[in-house]
Amino acid sequence: MITGLVLALALAGVALVPLAGRDYYATLMLPFFGYGIALLGLNLLFGYTGLLSFGHALFVAVGAYTAAYLTGVFGVLYFEVVLLAAAGAAALVAVPTGLLAVRYVKIYFGMLTLAFGMLFYSFLFKFYHLTGGDEGMRVLRPVLLGQPLAGLDKVPFLIGPYYYYCLTLLVLAALVMWRIVGSPFGLCLRAIRENPDKAESLGVSARRYRFYAFLIASVFGGVGGVLLAVPTGLADPLLAYWTHSGNLVFMLLLGGFANFFGPILGAFVFIFLQDAVMSFTQYWRFVFGAVLAVVVIFFPRGLMGVLLGGGLRPPSDGAAGLTARWRLPPPRKDCAGGAGARTEEE
Amino acid sequence: MALLEAIGVTKFYGDVCALAGVSLSVTAGEFVSIIGPNGAGKTTLVNVLTGLTPPTRGAVRFKDHDVAGIGPARLARLGMARSFQLVTIFPGLTVEETLAAAVLSRLGRTGRLWTRLAADADVRAQVHEVAGLFGLADRLGRPARTLPQGDKKLLDVASAFALHPEIILLDEPTSGVSTRDKHAIMETLVGAARRIGIQAIIQVEHDMDIVFGYSDRIVALHEGRVLADGPPQTIRGDAHVVATVLGRTQPLAPRTGPPRPEPDARTPLQ
Repeated sequence: MITGLVLALALAGVALVPLAGRDYYATLMLPFFGYGIALLGLNLLFGYTGLLSFGHALFVAVGAYTAAYLTGVFGVLYFEVVLLAAAGAAALVAVPTGLLAVRYVKIYFGMLTLAFGMLFYSFLFKFYHLTGGDEGMRVLRPVLLGQPLAGLDKVPFLIGPYYYYCLTLLVLAALVMWRIVGSPFGLCLRAIRENPDKAESLGVSARRYRFYAFLIASVFGGVGGVLLAVPTGLADPLLAYWTHSGNLVFMLLLGGFANFFGPILGAFVFIFLQDAVMSFTQYWRFVFGAVLAVVVIFFPRGLMGVLLGGGLRPPSDGAAGLTARWRLPPPRKDCAGGAGARTEEE
Repeated sequence: MALLEAIGVTKFYGDVCALAGVSLSVTAGEFVSIIGPNGAGKTTLVNVLTGLTPPTRGAVRFKDHDVAGIGPARLARLGMARSFQLVTIFPGLTVEETLAAAVLSRLGRTGRLWTRLAADADVRAQVHEVAGLFGLADRLGRPARTLPQGDKKLLDVASAFALHPEIILLDEPTSGVSTRDKHAIMETLVGAARRIGIQAIIQVEHDMDIVFGYSDRIVALHEGRVLADGPPQTIRGDAHVVATVLGRTQPLAPRTGPPRPEPDARTPLQ
């Protein structure tokens, strides 16, 4: 009940941002939508399945370059088509990478996904005639719901129709993910995170379900990548760079991977914190490093843990039943997979 | 016809021979105990039988399927379940969620992405049924890691039972449980097996009271070989087995310990 109220208020707040007259903040919100969707996927992989990917930005880049190819090269401007194509392209890339990566867990999974991300980065960087190399590729303004909106300038378009389109997509993505984590499949993912051997002995194939989770996470990453590329008008090889994957993991930790909404909060705070810190010092990475250290040491459950009163104390999971899926258990050191490998994540 | 059959199973770990040509056949209705001193190969045998460890040589057949090394997940779907020697649970999942995972697996619904688990009445009913059989019904909402040790053990076994397997392998179902509680756990197990319709139980057990009290067949392993295979009366009288496996020079005295209702009179599963 209270959660619903908070969510409604947050949603209303986000919806009102473009009307506040500060266009700058409205444009800052645009990457938030893209990151929010990508992180919903990443958290299915990490928070729910226990696999920490250091290469999730690969799929964000796949989404962005799909958008660039469709709009810039093939002249397909329908945004719905672009989104579907990006989701498909991300899934296509996720099949071979995922099949290889899910053979491993913990740090080996992390390193392998990192390697795939860097491979793709090198490809984008070196194959100039295909990808534009370090200059990247232009992403043209898409046509939303068949409406060209040619009369609108760039900024009014972005903080107007595009803003609400993205907000709607984020809400839809969250609803879809909510449905997934509350499904039998979602329970199996958590069982695999908690104890893959036990899950296997109950007939749940850990490797297969990890692969499905990887696939879903990638599709969310691809869609997020499209949303990120449109405001900048550019698909840039740095989108696939490992520091970008690192930023995604940072957002996850900052918001708290133990909560469904943690990653979305993490994306929001990351973007506005970055903006604030960059405005007074060029050493913003230094500040962010310190923030990350403080989060990992003192607030392992992230901002969501602080907000919900979890903080340092062990959570009270007493009320958790089939219906209560709000919180994941606290990070454990002894269980297989990502959630337990907190000390290995830095 | 044999439900589960091991034919000449040999398992090497490097140069160490854990099993040296073990053959074993279990038919429906049997309660088989595997006994033997530490290092006799009991757990290795269970691991081979449950598809976790591929044998170096030999075959394992379950319901006419060759199951050697196919992995526990596929075997579980074929109708074989197991519990582990060390308590194996999902620490962060509740009792209800743990049992639900098993029930979903049995119903073939684990892959459902788009149904709400909370709204699945079948699953809920079966979870409650299994929890009732194992006395866990009043702690469905508790995360498994917060349960006392005995309840963790029960949950481990209950989740295996929730698969409604045809055969179940229990690796020391009463280890780490006080002597006082052991018989209660065994009664629960056998009662649940009968209710669920489990056709055969194989257990590894050290407590001879339990072994002789519940089994209708005992397989004694020693140094990776089958030393003896027969009904409790035969094993009890076999001086060689008694000396090697049980470490006693005298034949076993008749069973002592707390009385049970209807002891030994009939096969537990029939």
